[in-house]
Amino acid sequence: MSDSLNNDQTCVVIGASHAGVNFAFALRKAGWLGRIKLYDVDPVLPYHRPPLSKAYLTSSDGIEKNALKPAQSYEKESIELNLGVEVESINRADKNILLADGQTQAYDKLVIASGARPFMPPVKGLDTASHLYPLRTAADVSNIKAAFEQSDKKRVVVIGGGYIGLETAASLKKLGASCVTVLERESRILARVTAPEMSAFFEKLHAKNGVNILTGKNVSEIITEQSVNQVVCDDGQMYEADLIIVGVGIRVNTELAAQAGLEIENGIKVDHCARTNDPDIYAVGDCSFHHNPHYERFIRLESVQNAVDQAKVAAASVCGKEITYDTIPWFWSDQYDVKLQMVGLSQGYNNLVVRQEGDADNKFSVWYFNDDTLLSVDAVNNAKAYVIGTKFIKSGDKLDKQKLADASVEFKPANLLSV
Amino acid sequence: MAKITFITTDEAQITVEGDSGSLMELAVQNSVQGIDGDCGGVCSCATCHVYVEPEHVEKTGEASEIEKDMLELDDNANEYSRLCCQIEISDQLDGVILRVAP
Repeated sequence: MSDSLNNDQTCVVIGASHAGVNFAFALRKAGWLGRIKLYDVDPVLPYHRPPLSKAYLTSSDGIEKNALKPAQSYEKESIELNLGVEVESINRADKNILLADGQTQAYDKLVIASGARPFMPPVKGLDTASHLYPLRTAADVSNIKAAFEQSDKKRVVVIGGGYIGLETAASLKKLGASCVTVLERESRILARVTAPEMSAFFEKLHAKNGVNILTGKNVSEIITEQSVNQVVCDDGQMYEADLIIVGVGIRVNTELAAQAGLEIENGIKVDHCARTNDPDIYAVGDCSFHHNPHYERFIRLESVQNAVDQAKVAAASVCGKEITYDTIPWFWSDQYDVKLQMVGLSQGYNNLVVRQEGDADNKFSVWYFNDDTLLSVDAVNNAKAYVIGTKFIKSGDKLDKQKLADASVEFKPANLLSV
Repeated sequence: MAKITFITTDEAQITVEGDSGSLMELAVQNSVQGIDGDCGGVCSCATCHVYVEPEHVEKTGEASEIEKDMLELDDNANEYSRLCCQIEISDQLDGVILRVAP
C-alpha cells in the first residue's frame, strides 16, 4: 500500500467551496483511505456560487437548494466538514495548521482552496454607507435581499460593470427595483474580459431592460444621511441609492500561503499537478496561479470549471497519480433572457470574426483570433457556436474566417475548415 | 411523486423518489455517481448526461435546441441522451429509468 492510501494519514483542506469540496470528494474517489478534513470560515453548508447573483437572488428558495452536495454525502464519504472555522496560519515545519480557537490540526497533505474576497475600493464614506454590500457569499445575498425588501424606494447603484455587477443589476431589476444604475470606471462595461462588440451588446440589453449603464464613472465619495446614500463621481454627478452593490473585482486569499513562505505571484504558484513549492501542499481554484499548456503561460482563473477540474488533478496527485492540468477554460453568464457562454482566453487577440445567426440580434458569436489561431469564443444564446468553438480550440484546426462569418454557411465544423 | 431509477456505469441501480426540482438535483441529492451538475443546473457544463431508456423517451420528452447543442460536446452522446438538469420532475416521470453516461 502506498503512503497516500494509508488510513493513518490526514489530508487537510483550507476552503470548502467549489474547489475544496470537489477536491475532497475526488480524493475519496481516487482511493484516499485516510482522514479528510475541510475547513471554511463560511458557516453555511457549501453551496454553488454562480446562482448567487442570478437565480438565487431572484428566488425565494433557501440556500440549501443550492448546496454543492447534501450533508449526508459528506458523512457517507467520511469527509469532515468544519464550518465557521477560521484558519490562522500554516506551520510547515511541524506540518499543522493553527485554528482561530487556538487548536492545531496536523496534516500529511494540505490543500489550499482559499479562493478570493471582494475588493472594497478605498472610497471616502464607503465604510459608513447604508446597505452597501459585495456579492460573493450566501450571507451577502441575505443582506442584499433583506435591505431590498425593507427599502421603500428601491433605488440601486451598482459600482462596477463586470459580470457580478451586471448580473446583480439584472436580478435586482427583475425583483422590482425602481432604478438601477451601474457605474463603470472604464469607457465600456466588461472591458477587461470582452471585445467592444460584446460590451455594446450588453449595454443595449441592459438599457432595453431599464438599467442605466454609465461608463467613465469613477466613484470618489459616498455621502450617507438617514440611510440614503449619494454616490458621488469625480465628474461631480451624484446618484441616490438605498442599496449599493460593490463589484469591482477581487483580492486573492494568498495571505496564509505567503506567511508560510510558499511561492506567490498572481496567486499561489503551483506546478502542472497543482502542487506548490512544498511537495506536501497543493493549491486549487481561484487562488492558484498555474500553467496552462494550451496557452503556454501561467494564469489565474476565477471560475467553477477551473475549481472543479484542478481539484480532480490535485486529488489524483495526492494519491500518487500525477496528471498534468490541461484544460480549455470555460465560463458562463446569464442576464435577463440572454445566455452567454465563453470558451478559451481572448487575451492577445489581434482580430475578430462576428457571426450573426439570421435576423435575431440576440443570437450571435464573437470569435477571437491571434492571426489565424482561434483563442476564444463568446457565444450569445448560441450553444452551437460555443461547442464548435471548443472543438476548434482543442484541435487547433484552422477556420475559414469568411465561411465562419457567413450565416448562410450551415454551422458545422466540417463546413468551416480552412482548406 | 415520481419514482426514478438511475443506473450508474458500474451497474449500480438507485431508485429514488422526487416531487419537484430537476432530475440532476434528485441525482446529486442521492449521491448518484457520475452526475456532477457542476454548473448548478443551467445547461452550461454537460456533467449530468444520461441515456433515457428508449421506451421512456416519450415521458421525458425531447432535448431543447441548446441542450442538443451542448450534448455535441460529448462523444458518447446518442439519440437517447439528455442533460438531466433540463428535465423537471413531475408525476408523469414515474417509473423512468436513466443510465448515467460514462
